[in-house]
Parts: sequence; structure tokens; C-alpha cells
Amino acid sequence: MITAGVDVGAKTVKIVVLRDREVVATAKDLSGFDQAKVASELLAQALEKANVTQGDLAGICSTGAGRKIVSEATHSVTEVSAGAKGSLFINPDVRTVIDVGAEEGRAIRCTEKGKVEDFAVNEKCAAGSGAFTESMARALEVDVAELGKLSLGSDASVPMNAQCAVFAESEVVSLLHAETPKQDISKAIHDAIASRITSMARRIGLNKEVLVIGGVALNVGFIRSLNEAIEMDVIVADDPEFVNALGAALIAAERAN
Amino acid sequence: MAKYKTEPLKCWAKAKELRDKYYQDYATAHERGGIRWTGGAWSFDAIPYGLGDDVYPITGEPYAASIAFNKEFSLKCMEATEAKGWARDLCSYMRNYWGSMYLNKYNFGGPYPKPTFAFQDHICCSHAKWYQVVAEHEDIPYFNIDVSVGPYHLIKDNPQKIKYIVDQMHESIEFLEKVTGREYNDDKLIEAVKTDMRSTSTWAKICELNKNVPAPLEEKSMYSFYVFGTLSKAKKEFADFYDELYDEVKDRVDRGIAAVANERCRLMSDTQPPWGFLKVFRYLEKYGAISVGSLYTFGLVGNWEVKKDGTWGARETYMEKGIEINTRDEALTALADWTLSRPEWQHFYDPGLKTEMMLRIAKEWKLTGVMLHLNRGCEGLSTGIMENRLGLVESGIPVMTFEGNMGDEREFDLGRTMTRIDSFMETLDLEPISAD
Ligand code: SF4
Repeated sequence: MITAGVDVGAKTVKIVVLRDREVVATAKDLSGFDQAKVASELLAQALEKANVTQGDLAGICSTGAGRKIVSEATHSVTEVSAGAKGSLFINPDVRTVIDVGAEEGRAIRCTEKGKVEDFAVNEKCAAGSGAFTESMARALEVDVAELGKLSLGSDASVPMNAQCAVFAESEVVSLLHAETPKQDISKAIHDAIASRITSMARRIGLNKEVLVIGGVALNVGFIRSLNEAIEMDVIVADDPEFVNALGAALIAAERAN
Repeated sequence: MAKYKTEPLKCWAKAKELRDKYYQDYATAHERGGIRWTGGAWSFDAIPYGLGDDVYPITGEPYAASIAFNKEFSLKCMEATEAKGWARDLCSYMRNYWGSMYLNKYNFGGPYPKPTFAFQDHICCSHAKWYQVVAEHEDIPYFNIDVSVGPYHLIKDNPQKIKYIVDQMHESIEFLEKVTGREYNDDKLIEAVKTDMRSTSTWAKICELNKNVPAPLEEKSMYSFYVFGTLSKAKKEFADFYDELYDEVKDRVDRGIAAVANERCRLMSDTQPPWGFLKVFRYLEKYGAISVGSLYTFGLVGNWEVKKDGTWGARETYMEKGIEINTRDEALTALADWTLSRPEWQHFYDPGLKTEMMLRIAKEWKLTGVMLHLNRGCEGLSTGIMENRLGLVESGIPVMTFEGNMGDEREFDLGRTMTRIDSFMETLDLEPISAD
């Protein structure tokens, strides 16, 4: 059986095509202004890569903030269900999923049967999302990947008090003026976002194994800060930004059955 | 095919008429030589009724909620309040109300009708300051009663605590006589206290009917009715309306009439809803879900007690119990005792008490889950809400939270809240049964 998962996120669209629960193609692009068009074109690309047509698909499940605009979708689910499904497929021992995307941070607690038991979403504050690291990287005039690596070179604990991305930016500028080394500032930034995510995750209870998904999972600085903040080693998913699309494709397969 | 029969409520038109009349009566009271006063939905509103039959209150919370519903005006009110230097994180009802006063605009047309006096009590920190600012701005006299004597289980057998409040009530009557130049009528006070008991006990009986499956009322409609208890508990027309409403809802129960045709998931909410976005309650219906009420809708207005079988039921009034109220002191003591037992008054002292009451509702109203509004607009009712969440979750009740503000639409995101509901429904294994 062939199915596809389409994750229309705030910043990027991700597609996963599955054949008999094996990933046969993926695709990713910026969401842009016309998310519906981007999703359609990207789906066509992914299907071409997989060497199948839309008619061969048993189902297409969409997820993400723009899930309702995917006209090809036969189903749609929220990121909570898709993230849990994809995560447990990757590692059946996962009990807590931390999903940090461009605009939102989420924590999901799952049972061993893969059922979502509880979830929390940080929606009101950019300080728990990828948008925060991006704006901080701009303030430090480095790119996001470099920001993560920079912080690995620091063991300093520089407090960042501002909870809001706007105020945090001015705090970063003050730290720069105080000639605080960039690597220490970078660590402070990651500590701040990790602390936000941790307090949200603690609300639902942090049980091992903890899998981190979403684009921000690729940021090594954030992962180190997160390990310290939650006082356990998290697992970072391979291709973390595709896990929700994977979960959606799995759900499409279940529903087609 | 729908699971249950539904039909519109017959008393809608009457409810709207009564509410409109309340606001018009207040605005035009002076033209008729009457008295208008302002205060909170928690005020002992039976007391000013002793001044005569031409006394018209406007309570700040429901007035502010009506402003919040009028998004364009609400924004202007917020901006006017912020322009005076007040912080954006203060009570959003208070900010809407102040804005209307600063702009000198009444939400129901014309200028803001200046009250003769302000009459309030304070269980929440914002209560006293709210009307202090009004009194200073409008240059009117103000009386405030301190009710901070603890939760009811600690005061009901402690006459000193009740007396502390009753003494202030006596003083408040002297204040009312002085500022209005009227002679106070104890018979009218006694009547008003009895009316308060009748209306708040009947509202509890109406809420109790929602224990039935299917529920005869859903919470969005309940907001249109509970409001009378926040406008004036001691007003005869409102108590009579609750009697009528009870008969109609009871009849719906007897005939199996549902509020939501495909009810299959029963929820409760908590705290004031985001008034400009009540459509979230309609959105639940897509999943066959219904909010059957909340501690807020049940317990801000309704008076409850634990019955012999251990369940919650409407508190028996003094009249039902055959307790006589003959003097001013008896009336004030009865009013203090009655009011302080109301559920929403308890958890200001301890969120644990709220969790207990929520668990009771979850059990007795047969709930599937709970939707908690993390309401940034109300420090009073939001205090301890995450502790309540924990208590519910630990008891095995699924809970979703959503962030918002009852009176400041700038802090509410409709799309994201609906997504949150979608996620919650997915965790309850419920798929949509109708389109958006
Ligand atoms: S903060 Fe809440 S309880 Fe306090 S006055 Fe405002 S609405 Fe009422």
C-alpha cells in the first residue's frame, strides 16, 4: 500500500511517501505565500521521485498549521497525532515527544500503545520555537547552524531573563555591548529556549524515552541545553523535520485499511 | 441521522428583552427620579434595593463582557485605558469598563451613565481598585465591603466571621441613606434577600438538569441565562425568569430534547470564555462534543449544597427550610451566610477546593474531558488553574488547555484554539461527524 503524508508547517512543507510502511520518497520546500500551491507541487515531485502517481495512493493525510488547505488530502490530523504516530514508529520506546518547529513548541506524552495521553503547546510565545533562534541568530549576525555550534564552545551560564523574543533581542544586544563572548551568548539563547520547552514538557510529565522532532532538533546547541535542562539524554530523530509528515502517511495507511 | 431531537429554547426572546431592559432602565433611571449605582457581579446587590423600587444597578463584569462581544468598541476601550497609563495585564473586564467610562460612551448607546454611587465587595484584588478608580474619575461616593474571611467550610459555624461582614453591611446601609438622602426600608431588604436566595437556588436547579444525557442545555446558551445572576441576583423579574426557564428546561429533559443533536462527548470549561469568540463552543459540535457547563457557570451564580446521597444539588433556601427573616440584622446575616457559600467564592483561598469541586462536576455530570481556558484577563479565577489541571489529570480526566483572554481579543487566536480542540478530540478518538 502506498500513502503520503503532507505536513504544511509555518515555514516549510514536508512530504513523505510510504510504500508498505517503508519511506520511498521525501520532499521539502519553503511554504511561501501560496501554501496550497507549494504543497501540490511538492507532492507531485515526491510522487515522481517514488515513481508512482496520485492514483496509486491509498490515502493522503495532511497535517501542520496549513493542513486544511491541502486539496489532495483524504484525511487531516493535527501535529499532535501525527507527531506521536511518527515518533512511535521510529522508536516504540518513546513516551515523550518534544516537537519544536518554526512557530510552535509542543510536548506530547504517549502510552506504550501509541495513544496520546496528554499534550501541551506553547503557542503564544516565540521564545519556545524556531523563530526565536532565528531572530537571535540575526542579532548575533550568524546563521542558525553556526549559532548551535557556537554554543557548544561555552560552559558559561549567562542568564537571559527576557521571556519574550523582542526583549530577548535587546538583551542580546546589551550582552554584545558588554563584550560577552558570542559563544556564551549563543549558549544563553539555547538555555533560554530549552528552559521554556522543559517547563512546558514538565506540565505533562517527562517520561523516558524522550524523542525530539521538528526542525529545531537539528540545532546541536539547543539539544545540549535541553539535555541539561531536563536532566536526561534525549534522542534526536533522524530527519526530525519529516516526522510529522511520516506520522501523517502512517495514519493515511491505517485509515485506508 | 441525528441521535437526539433538538429544538430552540422558547425563552430566548424573553431573555434578550429582559437584558436590554436592564441596561436601558439603568441608563434612564435618573429621568424617572430613580437611583443608579455601579458595582460588581459579586456585590451584595440585595442591600441597595432597600432604598426603593426605583434602584437600578449596572454590574461591571457583565457590562464589560458585553463590550468584549462588541470587538470594535472593546478595542477602543482598551486603547483609552492604556492611554491613561494602566497596564495591559490588568483585569480585562476592568479595562473595558474603564475605557467606556473614559470615552464617555455607553455600549448600549449614548454617553456613559454616571452612577449615583459605587457599591462593591472585594474577594479579588481587582474588585476594590476597579470602583475606587470609577469613584475618583466620576467623583461619586463609594462603599466597599471586605469579605476576606476564608472559605465557607471554615466560617459557617463561626459567627464572628459572619458578623465581621454583617457589621460592614450595617454600615453600608448608613452610607446608602447618607449619599441618597433616602430612608431605608427593611421590608424591601428582606424581600430582596429572599429573591436572591430564590434566583440563585433556582439557577443551581437548572444547571443540575444538565446532569441528564443528553444535556438539555449547552454552555454557550447557558451564558445567556446565567448572566441574570451576575446583573442582579435580587431582582424579582430575574428570579421569575429563572422559574420559567427551569420549567422549560425540565420539560426538555422529560421529552429527551438535546442541546446538541449528536451528543457523544461531554466536557466542561473553566473561567470566563473569550466573549468575542463563543463560536469555539459551536465548533465542538462538529465532533458531537458539548460543554455542559463549568464551575464558573454553575457556581458564580448558583448556590449548592451536598445532599444526603452525597451529590451536589441546589441549596435549600431559608424559605424552603422554614427559617424566618424578620429584621434587618437577620436579613443581612442570611445574605452573608448565603452568599459566602457560593462555590466560586471558595477557591480564592485554595485551588485545592476548586479541584475538588471540578472533580465532583466531572463525575456527577458524566464528563469525558475538560477544557481549561488559561484566561489572561482574570487573575481572580485563573489563580491555581494549572494546579486544577494537574488534579484532574491525576484523576484520569483528559484535559486540554487553551490560552486567551475573556475581554481582550488581542490575546486570543481563534485558529489555533480550534486546532487545539482538533488535537484534543483526536486524543479522545473522536473524528468529525460534520464539516467545519
Ligand atoms: S480579575 Fe477576574 S475575578 Fe477579579 S475583578 Fe477581574 S474578572 Fe473579576
